[in-house]
Amino acid sequence: MTTATATPEAPAPAGPVAGGNALAGTRTLIRFALRRDRIRLPVWILALFLGTLVTAGNFETLYGDPEDRANAVRTMDSPAGLAMSGPRHYLDDYTFGSMLGHQMLGFTAVLVGLMSVLVVTRHTRAEEETGRAELVRSTVVGRHAHLAAALSVAVLANLALALLLALGLAGMGLEGVDAAGSLLYGFDHAAAGLVFAAVAAVTAQVTAHARGASGMALAVIGVAYVLRAAGDSGGNGALSWLSPIGWVQRSYPYVDNRWWPLLLCLALAAACAAAGFVLSTRRDVGAGLRPEKLGSPTASDALATPLGFALRLHRGMLAGFGAGLFLMGAMYGSILGDAEDMLKDIDQLQEALDRIGGAGVAESFASMVMVVLTVVAAVYAVMAALRPRSEETAGRAEPLLATGLSRARWAGGHLAVAMGGGTFVLLLAGLGFGVSGAASTGDGGLLPELAGAALAYAPALWVTVGVAVVLFGWFPRASAAAWAVPVYAFVVGYLGQILRFPDWMNNLSPFGHVPRLPAADMDWTPLLLLTLVAAGLVWLGLAGLRRRDLETK
Amino acid sequence: MTKAISVSGLHKSFGRTHALDGLDLDVESGEVHGFLGPNGAGKSTTIRVLLGLLRADSGAARVLGQDPWADAVALHRRLAYVPGDVELWPGLTGGEAIDLLARLRGGLDRKRRAELIERFDLDPTKKGRAYSKGNRQKVAIVAALASDAELLLLDEPTAGLDPLMEVVFQDVIGEAKAAGRTVLLSSHILAQVEKLADRVSIVRLGRTVQSGTLGELRHLTRTTIEAETERPATGLDGLPGIHDLRTLDEAGGRVRFAVDGGRVDAAVRKLTEFGIRSLISHPPTLEELMLRHYGDELAANGHGTGPGTDGEPR
Repeated sequence: MTTATATPEAPAPAGPVAGGNALAGTRTLIRFALRRDRIRLPVWILALFLGTLVTAGNFETLYGDPEDRANAVRTMDSPAGLAMSGPRHYLDDYTFGSMLGHQMLGFTAVLVGLMSVLVVTRHTRAEEETGRAELVRSTVVGRHAHLAAALSVAVLANLALALLLALGLAGMGLEGVDAAGSLLYGFDHAAAGLVFAAVAAVTAQVTAHARGASGMALAVIGVAYVLRAAGDSGGNGALSWLSPIGWVQRSYPYVDNRWWPLLLCLALAAACAAAGFVLSTRRDVGAGLRPEKLGSPTASDALATPLGFALRLHRGMLAGFGAGLFLMGAMYGSILGDAEDMLKDIDQLQEALDRIGGAGVAESFASMVMVVLTVVAAVYAVMAALRPRSEETAGRAEPLLATGLSRARWAGGHLAVAMGGGTFVLLLAGLGFGVSGAASTGDGGLLPELAGAALAYAPALWVTVGVAVVLFGWFPRASAAAWAVPVYAFVVGYLGQILRFPDWMNNLSPFGHVPRLPAADMDWTPLLLLTLVAAGLVWLGLAGLRRRDLETK
Repeated sequence: MTKAISVSGLHKSFGRTHALDGLDLDVESGEVHGFLGPNGAGKSTTIRVLLGLLRADSGAARVLGQDPWADAVALHRRLAYVPGDVELWPGLTGGEAIDLLARLRGGLDRKRRAELIERFDLDPTKKGRAYSKGNRQKVAIVAALASDAELLLLDEPTAGLDPLMEVVFQDVIGEAKAAGRTVLLSSHILAQVEKLADRVSIVRLGRTVQSGTLGELRHLTRTTIEAETERPATGLDGLPGIHDLRTLDEAGGRVRFAVDGGRVDAAVRKLTEFGIRSLISHPPTLEELMLRHYGDELAANGHGTGPGTDGEPR
């Protein structure tokens, strides 16, 4: 009707467009993607860059004199220390440079991987899922342009981070942090990022959903991290050679400065990217490689209850996290025996262990692992607790809430799954850890002990859910802030051990109040208090939900 | 008759936008009530207030004698809702979604469900993500009609349905009305409302601008008359209530004009003075009703003026 006079932006010339040019329009799409990510990507890159610089600066204050560094080596030279840092070779000469490579690289490689996976899925599968890709593909845009553009943006972001890190670290003038090592250290990040970007290029072809695609790619990162943790902490490190994160750590920046492990990364990235392009030609736009199946024409009785319905929506994720945590626990458990053997003979160790928690070798290691497993379970709990919010914004809450289902029962179903399911995955993590830990140490008593230790974290998990509910009920637009809880718990619970944060920082996290079983003794009081806090938060959140407007499309 | 819905002076703002600005609406029990207005007039917001999904800033609303915000859940067992833009769960089949919605409302007539699925030609085994917009709409319509709701709140329910399905929809609503149910049907598809509605309310900018039976509303508007006379008709422009008078040929033997509802008699009398050869009169369509209400808006956008100027008989 309207005779709009505004001329649409002319499509940028994409070079000579031949009929069969599968890459036509890639450059335009790259510019478009960079424009869309003009805030997101710089935030990621700057956060990683500044985080690294601040940590490197911290090393100087923490480990200023050689005595401190020797202490650090003793703490790190244990299965627990090596599992959460990197290969032991760094410890031979523990300068600030080798500390960076040892303590930071594995951790930042995971984050760079996360950034790369999210970039690639956002510009490929997410575009297809929303139907925007179809619109774009109907113009002069080649079949491979979307994937090529997404990968290019990931490459650009990774290169930018690599150069920033190389320049920034070399410019700090820290002892042991030289220019050659910094250059390699920066490109270690780019290499890890490229591998996981290419992995996402494959997973984006497999499922029809962006969430599934990034979830699968994140699972690959998780497996890569666990493999290197298992390889570095016990045995001969063979497992680490199966992990791209292990490869970049084994380039030994500042120590040996060897570049060839990065070639492994490049080769794997190239292979995965090629696989992604090939797979994408075997499917239709918008579809996954797995065909859609037909389902039941009627609903079961269980589905028509709030809890049954919520379980149905959550079951895929619940099963995924349950299986993942069980395996993760089992992998850590399998090195528990090695850990004990390895450390039995070392006398000075007792001092280092006192700092971690006291008790025996295996117990201290187990307590450390428990923190990691709990944070992963908390990630599940937050995702599940935020599900009602995504149902609301997607417009799927509206028809349900127009039936005889009250808001509290609707949200309650999701929250019951978040809390019950969170406890369930926590228990599975404890069981996996316990079963394989008991097998590797030959101590059958570890199974109930470790399962119990995992369950002790349940009340803290419920508080995490409670925080998400309060945000959802009162400040729905800020719901995503609930992520701060697991992120903070990870930073203080994991990095805090290395960087020695003050107690008050630990106390801010609900997980900081849980007794660190099995190394510490059981204490019921904080668990009861956390449960009460969780109940109060849920009540408060539901009260907010009852009185606010439903957000509609 | 009792009132199924009674709303007066409803206000609702979202930030600085006034979605509802003193809206009134009365729906009698057992009638099909057309709720007309352009996009953004406040139709969906009103329906969401009636469902207790949104809380009105001020004004009174009663649905089936209950407070839609305070008694939302009890009320929802007595009504069914079809949103204008149905979103389904990607992993649930259409059949599961129908059962879920109908059973959470408090019951499902299996026979009617099967019959409706048949009539709407819906495949209930497909997953939600595989449905087109029209099919998602059918899922919500079947879910709403398969239960014994007293009141149906339909927010542009047929968006995305093809013409054949549109006919099925009209039949089904006709049956619901025959069964004594009340229907509030929001739409900007005028022909649909014209066929189904007993009464209509026209909203604009969050306010009810007109309400009544179609006959009453027509009375308020103008009939278009096209006449061919033996001698050129003169003096028509002197009559009160005549608008947009046009002569259609050189000699002046054919004229067309719009005349206010109450002035038709005088205008036709005048025409007889010149010897009527043929006379065509067009009752005002809802389109013209709407154009009259939104005419100033359209005029401001440079799209001609009020009714009658386009004048093509339909």
